Amino acid sequence: MATTQKDVTQQTQGGTPQERRSTRPEQAIRPPVDVFETADGITLQADMPGVSRERLNLRVDGNTLLLEGNVQLDMPQQMEALYADVRSTLYRCSFALSNELDTGRIAANLKDGVLSVTIPKREELKPRKIEVHAS
Amino acid sequence: MFERITPYEDSLLSQFRRLEQDLDDFFGGGTWTGSRNIRSFASGTFPGVNVGATPDSVTVYLFAPGIDPKSLDTSIQQNFLSVSGERRLPAQKDATHYRQERFGGAFRRIVTLPDDVDPERVDARYVDGVVQIKIGRRESARPRQIQIQ
Repeated sequence: MATTQKDVTQQTQGGTPQERRSTRPEQAIRPPVDVFETADGITLQADMPGVSRERLNLRVDGNTLLLEGNVQLDMPQQMEALYADVRSTLYRCSFALSNELDTGRIAANLKDGVLSVTIPKREELKPRKIEVHAS
Repeated sequence: MFERITPYEDSLLSQFRRLEQDLDDFFGGGTWTGSRNIRSFASGTFPGVNVGATPDSVTVYLFAPGIDPKSLDTSIQQNFLSVSGERRLPAQKDATHYRQERFGGAFRRIVTLPDDVDPERVDARYVDGVVQIKIGRRESARPRQIQIQ
């Protein structure tokens, strides 16, 4: 029988996750990120293994882009840890966006633990090639 | 995450462990509080590995996002689990790159499992970028009730 990560935490710690979070906030992992820019916009890719679409939170607040994801693994109730590289269930990172980016048209896709976010540039602010005419 | 299911999570001991690990990360050595496993990997190696155990199985979680699970080469020899593969990050042409923190290329990790694992009973899955390999343990290793006559 598999239970969720949260259930395991609750059983061993007592109290709801919210109560525990108020006493000691969980240290978030900053996911590794690639960022590249093309003429159309900026693409950001973040590795967030163990995060499903339902547990991903993507938010734009003013000009800040915030990415948050909760890891959920299938873990039997009585499991003991023998070794752990990954010691938090929370990924979090944020980026400041600039004005020429159109936050209303952000598109995001999560596949196999890789989050891709594309932020297009505003049409009127895209770089334009200036034609030089011979007189 | 795994420290959360151990009983002494908030104890002084776990804080010391964290400190030890931080120092270890910082100095890159592990000699001041004892020796590390000769087969250990530097922290931050791709993919991240967690290992959990129950009385009847051991589960290895490999945090390997964005790979094709069919390209993984997984094998068990005695109690060593070896996983190798390659993560291809497609090159972006005509793009200006800023951060490039994600791992790309070939990887191989070897995980030491408890001695009582049964290599005949293995089950592997790939969910949300995490490879979960569950290996059964032999009967003899399970805790048994002893009747007192």
